[in-house]
Amino acid sequence: MSWIRVLLSRCSAVFRKRQLDADLDEELRAHIELAMEEHRANGMTEQQARIAALRAVGGVTQVRESYRVQRGLPWLEEIARDIRFAFRKLLHSPGFALTAILTLAVGIGANVVVFSVLNGILLRPLNVPQPDNLVQIAGEGNRGASQSYPDYRDYQDRNRSFSGILAYKIIHVSMDIDKSLSQSWGNAASGNYFDVLGLQPALGRFFHASDEHGLASAPYIVLSYDFWQSHFAASPHLIGKVAFLNQQPLTVIGVAPKNFHGTDFFFWPDYWIPAVNAQQVTGWDDFDWRSHREFTLLGRLKPGVTQQQASQDIGAIARQMAREYPEDQGLTLTTRKPGPSGNSDDPIRKALLGMTVLALLVLLAACANLASIFAARAADRSSELAIRLAIGSSRLAVARQLLTEAILVSLVGGIVGTFFARLVLGVLSHWRPGDFPSKFLIAPDVRVYIVAIVLSIGSGIVFALLPARQVWKTDVVQAIKSNYVAAGSFRRFAMRDALLLVQVAVCTLLVTSSLVAVRGMIQRLRAPLGISTKGVTLAQVDLKMAGVPDPQARIVQKRLLDTAGAIPGVTAAATSDYAPFLGVWGWTTYSWDTTQFVPANAAFDSITYSVSPGYFQVAGTHLESGRDITPEDKPGSPTVALVNETFARRMFGTTHVLGKRFKLFDPVRLEIIGVVEDGKYMDPGENPQPAIFMAYAQGIGQYMVSGPVTVLVRSQLPPDQIAGALRRSLSQVVTTAPFSILTWSDAIDRSMMPVRTATLVLGVMGLIAAILAVTGIFGMASYSVSKRMKEQGIRMALGAQRMQVMRSTLSRPVLILIIGACAGLIGGLLAARLLAHLISFPSTSDPLLLACVALVMMMLGLIGTWIPARRALAIDPARLLREC
Amino acid sequence: MPESKSDVLQGTLDLMVLKTLESMGPMHGYGIARRIEQVSENSVSLNQGTIYPALLRLEQRAWVKAAWGTSETGRRARFYSLTRSGRKQITQQTENWERVAATMARFLAPFN
Repeated sequence: MSWIRVLLSRCSAVFRKRQLDADLDEELRAHIELAMEEHRANGMTEQQARIAALRAVGGVTQVRESYRVQRGLPWLEEIARDIRFAFRKLLHSPGFALTAILTLAVGIGANVVVFSVLNGILLRPLNVPQPDNLVQIAGEGNRGASQSYPDYRDYQDRNRSFSGILAYKIIHVSMDIDKSLSQSWGNAASGNYFDVLGLQPALGRFFHASDEHGLASAPYIVLSYDFWQSHFAASPHLIGKVAFLNQQPLTVIGVAPKNFHGTDFFFWPDYWIPAVNAQQVTGWDDFDWRSHREFTLLGRLKPGVTQQQASQDIGAIARQMAREYPEDQGLTLTTRKPGPSGNSDDPIRKALLGMTVLALLVLLAACANLASIFAARAADRSSELAIRLAIGSSRLAVARQLLTEAILVSLVGGIVGTFFARLVLGVLSHWRPGDFPSKFLIAPDVRVYIVAIVLSIGSGIVFALLPARQVWKTDVVQAIKSNYVAAGSFRRFAMRDALLLVQVAVCTLLVTSSLVAVRGMIQRLRAPLGISTKGVTLAQVDLKMAGVPDPQARIVQKRLLDTAGAIPGVTAAATSDYAPFLGVWGWTTYSWDTTQFVPANAAFDSITYSVSPGYFQVAGTHLESGRDITPEDKPGSPTVALVNETFARRMFGTTHVLGKRFKLFDPVRLEIIGVVEDGKYMDPGENPQPAIFMAYAQGIGQYMVSGPVTVLVRSQLPPDQIAGALRRSLSQVVTTAPFSILTWSDAIDRSMMPVRTATLVLGVMGLIAAILAVTGIFGMASYSVSKRMKEQGIRMALGAQRMQVMRSTLSRPVLILIIGACAGLIGGLLAARLLAHLISFPSTSDPLLLACVALVMMMLGLIGTWIPARRALAIDPARLLREC
Repeated sequence: MPESKSDVLQGTLDLMVLKTLESMGPMHGYGIARRIEQVSENSVSLNQGTIYPALLRLEQRAWVKAAWGTSETGRRARFYSLTRSGRKQITQQTENWERVAATMARFLAPFN
């Protein structure tokens, strides 16, 4: 254990340096004086005694130095010295330091942002006890992530792998507690939800499986901590109060723990109600319907059971059930990690991984950039370095000093980059599209900071290796004599070329892929929508939330329509349940001769709208053939529908489909009375989708599908004015639920937020890459030109023409530029195709665009090399020769 | 790892210092250096200065301890004295040396 004692004593010595130095000096002085006393006593003169004493000690400075090495932590002190020196050096050339730091800050900042998002979404486990043995039970591949409640109960009974399986779905209701009315999003969950997760309430109690005794038996509600805080000021008196959800009374029994935000990654529910009471609230009887697949399932693995065993078990159950129930035909099941990380087909996951690759490429470009800057700097400082080597500094010490400088720069760059990344992340964290309570928990945590530090130091080492290597090869005598010119320059030249090549290629790749992607997205934003949004304002209200019973929905809808139509300035009004870009509903569609309504017999899924007469006129959707819905299409008369062209082609292979018929589910038979143009319904970038427009008045089977009613009005008045008028008059018709009113273009804007964001990110990445390319190529070119100044000077002195010199200076960089640009272009095309696949936008390999990219990169490169080359030519050969 | 030559020398110097302190009691650096020169009859020519890193090394291992005191001529100096673990160390290192010396003696004997 004596080494510990030695280490401790050395450490403590570092902090008492001054005192210990003084002690040593005094001790040495005493030593010499004692020796002199003895020599004097032996008859020497003062002078002789001093000389003899000093000789016997053998060099006071050396003793002091070896004493210090023994006393403190010499390597630490050396590093501290290196750091101080590096700081001084950097302060002396602020332009260089600033360029390097900013370049790196960009590279590392981009990576920190992307990694934080990755960390927050893919790597973060659910915030529940023991998240590791919690798995999602879902269909294989990307099919059927949601399951029906009756199936869920069967899985629960039959499996042998899980200690419990929970089920939940997202619901959207109006909530009225203590006379405060709001629309809010929450979960309807199985009774064992909180018990399977292993949570304890922050206040009150949770509902349990034992509370459930059939339909509508557990009228309870648990609030989320955040909702309780923001809406009820954390009042403990809320427990026991009655909350009206869509006018149905539920008792508040508890509050969930503080940091629990549900079991979805983007969606933070405001409350949880038992699934047995969901039907009472939402009016949907998916509690008993095996074919209504609405629920997400999470299972807690029994101790000792692996995920693979659980997958086999649940897979076998799925095959068994597929044989037993017609509704479950083709059912497959497996387990995976909950959330986007578990689903390899999840678009978010793919997009994130694509972004990560791009960000790493940006960092690579930044590193190549810095390597050339540092190499140039080391070359500029070659005489300084040579002198240090000549007066006895070891190569290791010089290389270490360069490395210290590089790491210092990279750490400062990393800190600046992380700081900016935090700002960006702060904005992202507060991003909340629409009124959907989605949240991104992407505040950087320890993991992010570790990654940032590792990236900084790693890139510092990477870009310092080149100059360090240069130091290793330096021939001291040569370097001092000739100011470091071109001794054995050919190999170093090749190294520089490789760097330039990599840089040009990576930057071209980034610019190409981001341009192609941005262009694809812009095309997507410009796609024809099949509606005319100008001057149309939407007012949406949910009649279920308002507590309007189904039979009266038709009357309320009629009154809403009449009221809206009577507003002065409104030229036309219509209603639909949902409207394109504002909510969506769909039904599985079957051909006319289907008798068994099971997934295997389905034709396809269609988007459905239940519209009033005049809808197409207000929406600006063109009627291709047939007629619009009329007031005569009422209950009792034959049920009718209009379909879009895609529907017609997919179901019948032709657009001449008037009078043809199809089915949705058993009692719902529809006759086609018209065909309308195709449109976009959820997302401007979507592929053509089949859509059905039914008569609202006729309902769908036993359903009114009456949740939402959207009133569409067309008017020349300013949107603000018409919105105010709509709110005033409509809220007198429906008083028990809030209206959301916005223009149709705003609704589309909202739905395009993700595309816009992705476009912006890609555009910024491309811009960063272009900037890096310019600075990098410029730095590299001026470096290599300045290295060959003397050679060119000699050539010009010997009579070479300016053009010849110019050609020999430029030929090599230009060649590299061409090769690099081509490689980058090919890489960029591949990357763009990959991106197109990941973020799903139409891929365009537009030759004009590619030619532009190549041309721009070449121009940038040429300008980058031409300016320094001109500098070389402008100089007087005589002076050039003399100076170098 | 093979022991380098300086290590052996370091070891010798350490033991010489310890042994000197054992026989002479607390001493200052100069005194120790002079004593070593005298005992070795000047066959060890050491720079007196190297005694100080050696003393520091011993101090770090807590085999000796140091304190400021006054010399017989009234001069302020640092006096070193053995600690208990220092004494233990002498016994151990002496045994080591004797073993090495005996081994070497056996190797050298036949060629005499």
